[in-house]
Amino acid sequence: MNPIGNFLQGLGRAQFFLFSLLLAIPGVLARPRLLAQQLYSVGVLSLVIIVLSGSFVGMVLALQFYRTLQIFGASESLGVAVALAVVREFGPVVTALLFAGRAGSALAAEIGLMKATDQLSGMEMMAVDPMQRVVAPRFLAGLISMPLLSFIFTMMAIGVAGGHAIGVSLLGVDAGSYWAGIREVLHGDDIRDALIKSLVFGAACSWIAVYQGYHAAPTSAGVARATTNTVVISSLAVLALDFVLTALMF
Amino acid sequence: MSNDATTALVRVRGLRFSHGPKLIYDGVDLDIPRGKVTAIMGPSGTGKTTLLRLIGGQWRPGAGRIEFDGNDVHAASRKQLFELRKRMGMLFQNGALLTDLTVFDNVAFPLREHSALPEALIRDLVLLKLNAVGLRGARDLYPEQLSGGMARRVALARAISLDPQLVMYDEPFTGQDPISMGVLMRLIRSLNDALGLTSIVVSHDVQEVLSIADQVYVISGGKVLGAGCPDEVRQAESPRVQQFLRGEPDGPVAFHYPAPPYAEDLLGVAA
Repeated sequence: MNPIGNFLQGLGRAQFFLFSLLLAIPGVLARPRLLAQQLYSVGVLSLVIIVLSGSFVGMVLALQFYRTLQIFGASESLGVAVALAVVREFGPVVTALLFAGRAGSALAAEIGLMKATDQLSGMEMMAVDPMQRVVAPRFLAGLISMPLLSFIFTMMAIGVAGGHAIGVSLLGVDAGSYWAGIREVLHGDDIRDALIKSLVFGAACSWIAVYQGYHAAPTSAGVARATTNTVVISSLAVLALDFVLTALMF
Repeated sequence: MSNDATTALVRVRGLRFSHGPKLIYDGVDLDIPRGKVTAIMGPSGTGKTTLLRLIGGQWRPGAGRIEFDGNDVHAASRKQLFELRKRMGMLFQNGALLTDLTVFDNVAFPLREHSALPEALIRDLVLLKLNAVGLRGARDLYPEQLSGGMARRVALARAISLDPQLVMYDEPFTGQDPISMGVLMRLIRSLNDALGLTSIVVSHDVQEVLSIADQVYVISGGKVLGAGCPDEVRQAESPRVQQFLRGEPDGPVAFHYPAPPYAEDLLGVAA
């Protein structure tokens, strides 16, 4: 089959997969312990990378914006600039990219290896639906974790370990101006849009990860390919979806 | 549904199955009698594991009918299929244990999924099953801490945890040392008799399987080449069956994979 045919076939398969995934979600909600385990491994274990990255991104933005704002004598607006950039774009997007690299790849590898070692077949033969027991809890955990991780990333980037550390502590911007500017300019709409982006990215990244793992060829090369595909496709999907969502919210 | 002890628990009729372009089964008929150990033997790649997956409803045949206790496995809805599977146990070649669970939790897994039994009773049942396979003391170990033989015994304990009617063993002896092999052979036979199970053992370990089986099917080339009790199969006239039983490297089943003439290949006709 030609590449376009393959692509369309894959897209159709992924949509059927998503449909069965959504049908399995009510069953997961009835077993919160399964979900809690996955929230820990998908969300809590991603905290370190999110906290550190948020801080560094905030510091870099503060340095870059300060140089430019100073030219116009507007260095007191540093807090606003950092906050708008992080809340509207960097928070949801960078969190999603980091999520794809840390949790998405781990999800794909874990499910792919479960398939390669017949654990999923074993469940099927024990009359246990792997979609409900394995796939749906991981998908749901990704969907819930993403906005929370994005919120933490944003707080770290704007706050005392990120932009504030550089702007106020190092470059001497007034702390009152830094926070007052943010309060004045940042609106509820910005936070709502960031939340929508995070939810969409969370759904896309988790869907791609569990789909790639579930359909991985049951070999070591197959699992490696699924892991790579997860990171590459998720990253591209996040950037493309970000453009579409930003255009719609503009 | 029939519970008549004289009827087969599993009936396969006119089974045709292809894997890509390769025809695996070409009109196969099989009966797996209740309460017996039935061996499915044949060279590698003949589709022995495929047969177990078809019986378990994981794969669908191209044509033909597979019945489990009178129920057409492939006409069942997914819910009905899961109900049938609760009456089947399967031991996969690599054990297929859930790697994030301990031995105890692996054996308890089907009980927790399918029963509302109190945890204290589940504990007793799990210890009972683990004791039957000699691994009660290994309950707190994780799969990666087990040898291959131990992993298969844990998988066997898990396969019988719901007291199924049928247990399917996929290559249970592959890669086992003589002690583990002896243990597994004794377990398959004794569990079958003690628990009143029906067992299907897929294997190409000829002597081991013939020593525990009540009935044997030899499959090759998509057909049943020989069937009967072990002695009947040993006396079979089919050259293919005899080649397989004696382990001869060449014969009706050729040593060489189909290829152009050797001289032509060596003398440089470009591929």
